[in-house]
Amino acid sequence: MKYTVNEKGFYGKFGGAYIPEMLYPNVEELRTNYLSIIYEPEFQMEFAKLLKDYVGRPTPLYFAQRLSETYKTKIYLKREDLCHTGAHKINNTIGQILLAKRMCKNKIIAETGAGQHGVATATVCALMGMECTVYMGQLDMERQRPNVERMRILGAKVVPARSGNMTLKDATNEAMRHWINNPSDTHYIIGSVVGPHPYPDMVTRFQSVISEEMKTQLQDAEGNPYPDHVIACVGGGSNAAGAFYHFLNDEHVNLVGAEAAGKGVDSGESAATTALGKTGVLHGSKTLLMQTEDGQVVEPYSISAGLDYPGIGPLHAHLFDTQRVQFLSATDDEAMEAGIELSRTEGIIPAIESAHAIAVLKQLKTDPDDVVVINLSGRGDKDLETYIRWGKY
Amino acid sequence: MSRLKKLFQDKKQNVLSVFYTAGFPNLNDTVAIARHLQAAGADIIEIGIPFSDPVADGPTIQASNKVALDNGMNVKLLLEQVKEIRKEVTMPIVLMGYLNPVLQYGFEKFCKDAAANGVDGLILPDMPLDEFADYRDLTNALNLDVIFLISPTTSPERIELIDGLSSGFVYAVSSSSTTGAKKGFTAEQEEYFRKLKNAGLKNPFLIGFGIFDHETFTKSSEFSSGAIVGSAFINLLKESNNFESDIPQFVRNLKS
Repeated sequence: MKYTVNEKGFYGKFGGAYIPEMLYPNVEELRTNYLSIIYEPEFQMEFAKLLKDYVGRPTPLYFAQRLSETYKTKIYLKREDLCHTGAHKINNTIGQILLAKRMCKNKIIAETGAGQHGVATATVCALMGMECTVYMGQLDMERQRPNVERMRILGAKVVPARSGNMTLKDATNEAMRHWINNPSDTHYIIGSVVGPHPYPDMVTRFQSVISEEMKTQLQDAEGNPYPDHVIACVGGGSNAAGAFYHFLNDEHVNLVGAEAAGKGVDSGESAATTALGKTGVLHGSKTLLMQTEDGQVVEPYSISAGLDYPGIGPLHAHLFDTQRVQFLSATDDEAMEAGIELSRTEGIIPAIESAHAIAVLKQLKTDPDDVVVINLSGRGDKDLETYIRWGKY
Repeated sequence: MSRLKKLFQDKKQNVLSVFYTAGFPNLNDTVAIARHLQAAGADIIEIGIPFSDPVADGPTIQASNKVALDNGMNVKLLLEQVKEIRKEVTMPIVLMGYLNPVLQYGFEKFCKDAAANGVDGLILPDMPLDEFADYRDLTNALNLDVIFLISPTTSPERIELIDGLSSGFVYAVSSSSTTGAKKGFTAEQEEYFRKLKNAGLKNPFLIGFGIFDHETFTKSSEFSSGAIVGSAFINLLKESNNFESDIPQFVRNLKS
């Protein structure tokens, strides 16, 4: 099991729990309890039932006929965009809120960038009647007004993060500070496979339902549970972790991570962490990180607010390091064009994050009878403004 | 014997450690502030290595980090400034910072250069204990004290572990919080200090976070060897037009 986390919370040389002592008891409580809680039969039943009845799982695995003809290979879309709230994020928030309840925490905090994880958290808090505070960079609040209001309608308190550059990284800092100040009654629902151990592993497990379903669905559709390629976009990397998880040890399955190149990997305005990052420590884990020579974290850029995080989860850093996953990147323009292409060929407007996964198809070497699964992590409703501003359709 | 060990041998109470951010408010103030603190009668100076993402800090120290980084502060420059400080300053100097800038400089190189330039101790709040265990021989050989934090929620077993790994002193965080001024201590906090006092630690301990005036300083010293003042001092630096008179005044106000 060379791709699973070890007992100290490391994936190879990445991961761990680099946290100040004030956070230690919280994280330790979670670490010692998470596996036993989430594998309780009762937890599993409740989780599965909510995923089915509330989220709408299993999400379809859809054979994209016209897109397949264009790329001369067999392309399936894993329709995470059809999840309640419009993205895969809710798989994790359902899991974590059930966990929080069992740990007797009655207050929930979360960070959000574009607002998808914030909405998914506000949603499950409303569902469970729990108090919800979401930290969001002030700049992101201005850019993603509808999601701010969605969270407020759902009863969450949205707190602007005014430190640093006022984006996702700073919202995460603020959420961690809140947790330091409220150690006993609060659970922090991190939205990606980042943060101190056990978060990367826990979030991966909650998202792994994606690849679990893919296998069953491929067995039905193709008579073989293994695809030749799986493509997913990577910001922090939660949808990719879920889409790769059950194929990690099947080395014949080519796994592809699509990062955001922004205006170009070398343009100075990019979020392609594997291309630009070095090993460092941020938000509690050792991972690949975009930073200056002096170790100051660099603000990333992408047209997609869900991909502009300066690091990637430690699992992905390890998968990159061991070359288990092939990392490609797509620029803003390539992603936007791919978003339009999918809209026109299949009638599906993807989230711009997910459009990056479509965009790297052009760089992928495939045979006509290869089976390619693209994890369509979210829908494009939230991105209409960006599509309109981009304008080339 | 290290300067820190010597200090705590000679002085059992009312030790005042003053924290400030390197390169704040101006890049080269680091050196002058240290000299003024020595003249004013502080006991330890604790210099913060600025970082872009200081998660354990409240707004005051966060803002000072940002200013310092905008001023161009970095680890290399700070170590040069420490060398300069050492020409006149004889009190213990402790560097405190988040791990990432230190890792990028190179952990071993950082320890060696810090010790060579006159640093006595290190506080790296996000350094995991088991990872430090690998470096203990190195820091011991360099006579560099390494100080770890404990908080009100740290278990007794873990306090023992932290005390065992620390040298010089142990940094007791006064409440479950980020850095910055509070409104004095609650009965609960005093109970926590009392427990620590009676815990039989091998190291002396200083209380930090929320120490901002004479009352919080002397109250801390009732239970411990003394206290650490950070945000309140940063606020003074931000507002002061005259370090030479304001810093001694600040130290006097704390002590009496």
